Amino acid sequence: MGGQLKLQPRTEQKVIQVFMYLMTSIAVLVLVFILVVILKNGLPQLNLEFLTKNPADMGREGGILSTIVATIFLTFIALLVATPLGVGTAIYLTEYTVESRITRIIRFGAECLAGIPSIIFGLFGFILFVNKLKFGWSILSGGLTLAFMVLPTIIRTSEEAIKAVPPAYRLVSFSLGSTRWQTVTRVVLPSAIPGIVTGVILSIGRSIGETAAVIFTAGSALRMPTSLFSSSRTMSVHFYILAKEGVSMPKAYGTAAVLVISILVINIVTYYLMEKYIKRKS
Amino acid sequence: MTRLEKNDRLVRLGLLMIALSAISVLAIITLFIFEQGTPIMFRYGFKSFLLGQDWYPSEKSFGLLPMIVGSLMVTFGALIIGVPLGLASAIFLTEFSHRRLTRILKPVIELLAGIPSVVYGFIGLMFLVPFIRDNFGGPGLSVLAASLILGIMILPTVISIAIDSIRAVPDSYREGSIALGATRWQTVRMVVLPAARSGIIAGIILGMGRAIGETMAVIMVAGNAADIPGSILAPVRTLTSNIALEMAYASEEHREALFATGVILFIIIMILNTIANVTSTRQRKK
Amino acid sequence: MKQRGILVRDFSHYYGENRSLNNINLDVYRNEILGIIGPARSGKSTFLACLNRLNDLIPGSRVEGKILVDDQDIYGPEVDVVALRRKLGMVFATPVPLPLTIYENIVFGVRLLGNNDRGELDRIVEDSLEKAGLWAEVKDRLHTSALKLSGGQQQRLCIARVLALKPQYIMLDEPTSGLDPISTMKIEDSLRTLKKDYTIILVTNNTKQAARVADRTAFFLMGELVEIDETRVVFTRPSDKRTEAYLEGKFG
Repeated sequence: MGGQLKLQPRTEQKVIQVFMYLMTSIAVLVLVFILVVILKNGLPQLNLEFLTKNPADMGREGGILSTIVATIFLTFIALLVATPLGVGTAIYLTEYTVESRITRIIRFGAECLAGIPSIIFGLFGFILFVNKLKFGWSILSGGLTLAFMVLPTIIRTSEEAIKAVPPAYRLVSFSLGSTRWQTVTRVVLPSAIPGIVTGVILSIGRSIGETAAVIFTAGSALRMPTSLFSSSRTMSVHFYILAKEGVSMPKAYGTAAVLVISILVINIVTYYLMEKYIKRKS
Repeated sequence: MTRLEKNDRLVRLGLLMIALSAISVLAIITLFIFEQGTPIMFRYGFKSFLLGQDWYPSEKSFGLLPMIVGSLMVTFGALIIGVPLGLASAIFLTEFSHRRLTRILKPVIELLAGIPSVVYGFIGLMFLVPFIRDNFGGPGLSVLAASLILGIMILPTVISIAIDSIRAVPDSYREGSIALGATRWQTVRMVVLPAARSGIIAGIILGMGRAIGETMAVIMVAGNAADIPGSILAPVRTLTSNIALEMAYASEEHREALFATGVILFIIIMILNTIANVTSTRQRKK
Repeated sequence: MKQRGILVRDFSHYYGENRSLNNINLDVYRNEILGIIGPARSGKSTFLACLNRLNDLIPGSRVEGKILVDDQDIYGPEVDVVALRRKLGMVFATPVPLPLTIYENIVFGVRLLGNNDRGELDRIVEDSLEKAGLWAEVKDRLHTSALKLSGGQQQRLCIARVLALKPQYIMLDEPTSGLDPISTMKIEDSLRTLKKDYTIILVTNNTKQAARVADRTAFFLMGELVEIDETRVVFTRPSDKRTEAYLEGKFG
């Protein structure tokens, strides 16, 4: 050491600290900027009419009611399918087996599934549900595609929640004469419910915000959905089309605001639940 | 065997079935994408797909090289922007800032991970694209715009995983280093970061996967011309946008070619996943 | 002549390659309190886990030899493990109330059998809590969370929870290790009353506790049974030097 050009360690520390501070400020400011722009331009668009009227004139006029309804239906179907599958898988992995090749394959598979881009889910849903199974562009096709997409999230959060249940509870339950299934249903799951709910809520957020997987499976018809087989446009798809095609910037901002607010609320609730139930236990 | 034990076996079998069907989703997706996408690749030859520079589906010319290069360019660009910003923020928030500030900022950053990608794309389209056009020239819709937006989008992923792995480094390491007279920064550079390395790398790879798989945001700001971009100010089309842009009206061989695009994307992602998986298992073993 | 309830013959237990119990032979008489003493990791807790087959839950667990409970080989092919565990109730070292109300903790095991008759459950709750010496303290807040009880109360709740199973044997694994002297005394008192109706096996790392409440005492060391005899004999004229050394506090 001892090169004269080299900074003193203390000076170096100061410089680095200022640099890090700047970088962090940039990162946080950019993210907050996005939020502020959307809310500033979007909130003035929001009123009862916007939320309770269907879009008219390709979205130039009216509100976004049909897209809200479509989003809710799609999300509901996705969770209806993904929750039992995901929670069941998590129970199997944590309670019914020891670490083995099968569990490693299942976990690796879930991780891979989590990494697949949503456009691939869209392609897959299009070919399987829309084409081969002849569901067409519909709530059902879109919901099932989303179900597959959020499945890994539900598996992972449920697994973590179940693992956070103290092992002593299981021991006590067995010593009182429970079978494994009784232990799972009467002791483990009740304690793990908040964590599992967290995963489900997180998945709701992802389903609401998803565009690429939905646009090719649920379609983009601007009608109020009437059945599982109606083609329909979700909020995020609607927003994408309004913005990309330059249909109406005010309406685009309004839709974005509804989208962002609902997702933020969902994520805040999740974050709160997570702090309260999962992290503290483990 | 008693009745209860028999029931328990049945339950175990049922749950195994559920777990296997959950995981067969991956197999089914792989199967369908490959089944739809590979025949055309065999018909025209892999080389013409991977190295062909011309994408004119109506004239049966399916060169994907511009899109492959495009995806790699914007992903690389996203990493150049996202990784330094993300790492610096993570280090600052774990090692230098006040605890209270971290307690506020970390959740804020994590919450922002939930903003839908279309919203990022929209902001890029409204602010970034005109800014680039007016200050640097070109159409604005460009490699640069896509890289910037993707770099910002991967920030939450990179930051929160890096924070978690830096926090996992035992305090005794830090105390030992400080006791030997190192400054805080020397400690971070020589002790903390090496110890947290594989977790940080796994986070970067995940961010990379997110960037390369992102579709809607990229479409909105990248310009989508199917040519190899000559500069970072030129428009670019990625593998994902290629699928999303043309899927709505493609048919027959054109559609198959889009699935072939999916196959290539799929393979790239799987390679990344495997690397991330191996790196993070290695950290856990340590 | 005392009646034998449990017979252990040439019994060994392994975790994978490690032998944790080596060739144990002992009898447990009906309506006695058998104290089991010994230093940490001497195999005392493992021995209890083998008696109600909780060791089944640990991967790599393996046994040799025989244990007969009421003349039934508990490692035989026809054994109903669930029934066995109800017959040999177990209380753990740290009190583990399930995250339920006091009432639901007590009736947990009863409900498992599908018995949901309110009147009968009420009777069982009062009866079990009374026997565990907790009724007077909690009778007005049966439907509040069991987690709010003090440590000593929680442990008596755990004893009551076991009594509700109507077991024949009660096994306690260092039940007072985390408790204050007054709570300890209360639990020891109820053990003395309980032995009229139950056979009790009390594992303890506190030799004085064994001296106070056990009729007979067994000394375990490194997975072996060093000696077993009347408590008075073990504590005054032990036949093995190692027992003497342990009781004098030379190790452990």
